Amino acid sequence: MSSAGMTEPASVNPVWRGRAGMICLLVAEGSLFAIFVVAYLFYIGKSLSGPYPKDVLELPLFNSFCLLSSSVTVAFATRALRRGRMRRSGGWFLVTLALGVVFLIGTAREWYRLIVAHGLTIATNLFGTTFYAVVGLHATHVSLGVLVLALLSVLAFSGALRPEQVERADLAAWYWHFVDGVWVVVFIVVYVVGR
Amino acid sequence: MDGMTLPAPTIGARRSADAPRGWLAVLHDWVVTVDHKRLGILYVVTAIGFLVVAGLEASAIRLQLAWSNLHILSPGTFNRLFTMHGTTMVFLVGIPFVFGFGNYLVPLMIGARDLAFPRLNAFGFWILLFGGVLLHFSVIGGEGLYGAGSAPAVGWFAYAPLTERAFSPGNATDYWNLALLVTGLGTIATAVNLLVTILTMRGPGMTLGRMPVFVWEMLTISALTLIILPPLSAAQIMLMLDRFLGAHFFDTQAGASAVMWQHFFWFFGHPEVYVLALPGFGFASEIIPVFSRKVLFGYATLVMASAGIGLVGMGTWAHHMFAVGMGSPLNSAFAASTMLVGVPTGVKLFNWLGTMYGGKIRFETPMLFCTAFLFQFLCAGLTGIMLGVVPFDWQLHDSYFVVAHFHFVLIGGLIFTLFGAIYYWFPKATGRMLSERLGHWHFWLFVIGFNLTFLTMHVPGMLGMARRIYTYPAGRGWEVWNLVATLGVPFQAIAVLIVIVNVVVSVRHGVPAGDDPWDAWTLEWATSSPPPPYNFAVLPVVSSRRPLWDLKHPDDPDAPHE
Repeated sequence: MSSAGMTEPASVNPVWRGRAGMICLLVAEGSLFAIFVVAYLFYIGKSLSGPYPKDVLELPLFNSFCLLSSSVTVAFATRALRRGRMRRSGGWFLVTLALGVVFLIGTAREWYRLIVAHGLTIATNLFGTTFYAVVGLHATHVSLGVLVLALLSVLAFSGALRPEQVERADLAAWYWHFVDGVWVVVFIVVYVVGR
Repeated sequence: MDGMTLPAPTIGARRSADAPRGWLAVLHDWVVTVDHKRLGILYVVTAIGFLVVAGLEASAIRLQLAWSNLHILSPGTFNRLFTMHGTTMVFLVGIPFVFGFGNYLVPLMIGARDLAFPRLNAFGFWILLFGGVLLHFSVIGGEGLYGAGSAPAVGWFAYAPLTERAFSPGNATDYWNLALLVTGLGTIATAVNLLVTILTMRGPGMTLGRMPVFVWEMLTISALTLIILPPLSAAQIMLMLDRFLGAHFFDTQAGASAVMWQHFFWFFGHPEVYVLALPGFGFASEIIPVFSRKVLFGYATLVMASAGIGLVGMGTWAHHMFAVGMGSPLNSAFAASTMLVGVPTGVKLFNWLGTMYGGKIRFETPMLFCTAFLFQFLCAGLTGIMLGVVPFDWQLHDSYFVVAHFHFVLIGGLIFTLFGAIYYWFPKATGRMLSERLGHWHFWLFVIGFNLTFLTMHVPGMLGMARRIYTYPAGRGWEVWNLVATLGVPFQAIAVLIVIVNVVVSVRHGVPAGDDPWDAWTLEWATSSPPPPYNFAVLPVVSSRRPLWDLKHPDDPDAPHE
């Protein structure tokens, strides 16, 4: 047995500390979403009164296209950051942010239509309860991601963000990919299976 | 040894340095701390505080049930007391005990400076504490609009639709809901912290296969927590939507299911039992080898058994629901998985027995508690298997037999080993020994009191006494059993009082412990007692599961034998 002195042990990689933390967070988030999705699936067709999904839901294709393509643009942003091209990176973060905001506006318009035109609220029936809960939980996560992206854009354009911090920006990108992945599940469950 | 320990200021030395600055400065230090050792101590002190509160609630319950037709408590008060007792014991006693010891010991055992995210760690503790305060604030603030209730009265598993606005008016249930949502957030944060620490911050040579079993148990339960606690939070968010926004998740009038909450709750609630019990197994796995003077028997099987319990344990939740009419296929599946989870648990008992077999056993207080744990927990396991048989469960569902069973699990599995752990690691945390004499009094009074109360409690259960009734008529043959169960309470209360006195007195006046009072083998004993804020100035390179043995016996290292 010998002493290793004050050197950082080989098994510790500070980059993985953040990554492991983000993975753990996403596992917990996945577990949270899973329960809401299970509740949605279980209550499909169990509403005692209308409006029913098939009468009022429209496929949010443009919305989904925006959100899914934002996964690509955020990858462009972190790649540019890694290569030290700060303005380009900030630009891609801004595009990602814009796509997220378009998605949120789309959700807001959909909810406005459902509430005003069809009288569907969270208190109307089981469909309303589960629909607003699942889509709302997801939209909350998108909103949080939009805030993080706004912060990253500002930091990138102001020069505060440096290429050696790309590992941290990557974690934000992982979160954003996760939010996109959850949307695929929500889309299939709510707009395909549940309609 | 001396070459490795540090000329570091001890907590005692720091206290005298702090003394002129007054108690306010000391308090400030503790409030703003992000040190895993101080947070660990704060967790454990919090848990002991809530243990006293929940213990007093249980004492009142036992007093009310001591004989037939007693009216010491009103039915409503009785409901509030068992709700607060259960909720407090699980979320504010068990969880902070477990994560407090994890906080304190994991970095020391793996040779890390601190947890991965120290400020997140402080957040986790404070939000748990404030969640606990919020829950108890319901006693004052839970009155609500309708003057209904003060503390929540819906049971610790708060079945919906009972918890819906229509059946539980007022704010009491909202306090339960919000308080646990908040403490759950803190627990998830701490679980993430421990997982990341164990996975990425182990010292040189500390491979996964050389980690102390306690660290393995904390790894298992942290992973388990990440998967099972968010579902409880999800269900609580649904309940909140129901209660505040008029949603219908658990509203049977709107076509919702009356058992969905039960599924969601028990998907959390059952693995939660393992979250509380596995660290207890970890304590036993550290203490029994040291006091048997032998290497732990079957390290690999013990670790695999823990992982097995974690995995299978997530598929057994509906055995809490045999009586709701799930139908034979589901009942059979969950009965089978319940039997299955008994197998790795049984493996562990043989690990500990095999460790003791042929050992040179020293029956000091930590070992006394761990030895008793083997017997008490075996009882819990056997009644668990009995209740896993569906028809048997139908007969005894929601009876005092079940109450006795899960108190054997949680007290026999966690609290016994935890008392052992307090005696075992107190010298490390304070530099002073707890009194062995008081320790023996604590042990014997607690064993006698615990068995008087809970071994006896099986019988009225089999005689048909349902849980949660506030009183019962004479002539059913329940009185004597209940009286004996209640007579066990003072024994346990005095035992807990003794350990608290022991801690308070020994922290200043105990015999100085030295760095390694038990002649132990894991890394935490390689640093000074109490450890300096930075834990280790020089980390030994670990080459076996007993790094300190290697250090003490360079002529006979462990590595060739593993």
